[in-house]
Amino acid sequence: MDWVNAIIQGILLGGLYALFAAGLSLIFGVMRLVNIAHGDLIVLAAFLGLTVTTALGINPLLSIAIVAPVMGLIGYVLQRVVLNRTLGDDILPPLLVTFGLSVIIQNGLLELYSADPQKMSAGAIETASVALPGGLNLGILPLLMFVTAVLIIGALQWIFYRSAWGRAFRATSDNQDIAQLMGLNKSHVFGLAMALSLVVVAVAGIFLGVRTSFDPSAGPGRLIFGFEAVIIGGLGNLWGTLAGGIILGVSQNIGAQINPGWQLLAGHIAFLVILAVRPRGLFPRIDG
Amino acid sequence: MGSKPVPEAVLEIDGLDSFYGDFQALFGVSMRVERGEVVAVIGANGAGKSTLMRSVTGLLTNRPEMVRFGTAQIGALRADQIAHMGIAMVPEGRQLFPSLSVEENLIIGGQAGRPGEWTLDAVYSLFPVLKERRHQASTSLSGGQQQMVAIGRALMSNPELLLFDEISLGLAPIIIKTIYEALPDVIGTGMSAVLVEQDITRAVDISDRVYCLQEGRVSLEGKSGEVSREEISKAYFGV
Ligand SMILES: Nc1ncnc2c1ncn2[C@@H]1O[C@H](COP(=O)(O)OP(=O)(O)OP(=O)(O)O)[C@@H](O)[C@H]1O
Ligand SMILES: [Mg+2]
Repeated sequence: MDWVNAIIQGILLGGLYALFAAGLSLIFGVMRLVNIAHGDLIVLAAFLGLTVTTALGINPLLSIAIVAPVMGLIGYVLQRVVLNRTLGDDILPPLLVTFGLSVIIQNGLLELYSADPQKMSAGAIETASVALPGGLNLGILPLLMFVTAVLIIGALQWIFYRSAWGRAFRATSDNQDIAQLMGLNKSHVFGLAMALSLVVVAVAGIFLGVRTSFDPSAGPGRLIFGFEAVIIGGLGNLWGTLAGGIILGVSQNIGAQINPGWQLLAGHIAFLVILAVRPRGLFPRIDG
Repeated sequence: MGSKPVPEAVLEIDGLDSFYGDFQALFGVSMRVERGEVVAVIGANGAGKSTLMRSVTGLLTNRPEMVRFGTAQIGALRADQIAHMGIAMVPEGRQLFPSLSVEENLIIGGQAGRPGEWTLDAVYSLFPVLKERRHQASTSLSGGQQQMVAIGRALMSNPELLLFDEISLGLAPIIIKTIYEALPDVIGTGMSAVLVEQDITRAVDISDRVYCLQEGRVSLEGKSGEVSREEISKAYFGV
């Protein structure tokens, strides 16, 4: 039963990893930008959640209502003021600039919040669980997070393929010049894409901060999980990203079940194996 | 501003020099398109025809006064700003969005939100075959059908000025004929048009006036009915 439990917990954890990954995947898909600061932005969102939660005395899950729009705004401004200037034929400048941004965010958070690990408490819901047949207990909070992750991925999928924003994202991704001819200002379109990415980051960051403790240096690790989920699932496929997150979460939990020290290692091994067997990921992009 | 007491110009290009980095592609090009007029631009490969189109649509940035649209100086505006003002282009090689369906390509053409007679239904009645295929990927269409989408996409913004860059390129003669037969319905509605074409006969037939470019300079300018074949050959090939 421990094994079944490990797998179920792994699936639920995979939802969080998919959230880490979704924003990364969206940005790469729309503007071919690899955002090295993505993990640090997740941690920034967690700290913002902490501040909002302590200042207003509310449940951290409710702080999403404030942190998500704030992160969206930060994303839009960041894109318009900084990142758009780095985009061009050369892929190196955006890598360097987002790497610099990563360093700046980590040090800024260190200055403001110190290196102490923090955690947000969501109250009674953290210990609530439903009993499943066979003596398994399913935590309500992990379940809630997983369902939210699935809904968010579904919403992103809808936005990307069914809405006017998504049409603009896809058109700009296809051909920036011709998209401009259609009256789309690509700087604005990219700003919207980054805003959307960071709204997802806000949810991911707060879920992270409720689930585990975090500190200013936690970002790069989250970035790696996000990357791995994206690559496992196949670039540009959001449902694939969810599958990638789940595979990563399950592998980690199976590893931890064998030996508590093997949790991260098992995830990385699963990633490498899949990369070796299917270099384009399990579900490479299928449009529609 | 407008000191010339001549007919109203929709587009006025004045001493346009265009560059790709250090490479100069256009040298002091001047051109005028009057309201409701169809102007043909001919010239050999590499003469600078597409560069001229890119400069007018804002894909290449120039000095503000080098390109005027009505009374506005648009030479330094961004392409999306110019699109909103009412210039649309059917680009060379069609350049549909592969990730978008046929209908989405048309809808995004109307993105600028300019009101007018061109709607999805109007485009579908001009090119009925597109309606049957509207949910297909744009890449699944034949070349001629793709060209219809590209034309429809440009019309959807209800432009005042429509630029066509070699719409017959790579299409079978019968398809070219179909598309050219549809053109009067398109530009007969008071729209002004600039038509880039390598096929000189077609260009002269459909246009009111013709410009010939040679190595980035205007080598001939005249009323389409008045320029002779010899003049055109000379301006075209520089012999
Ligand atoms: N992106 C670019 N970078 C550098 N030079 C370019 C670029 N595009 C075009 N050129 C050069 O500018 C000149 C004019 O090219 P342009 O595409 O305007 O010619 P064209 O008249 O449209 O030719 P064609 O009939 O082949 O379409 C050519 O010498 C071409 O090599
Ligand atoms: Mg050309």
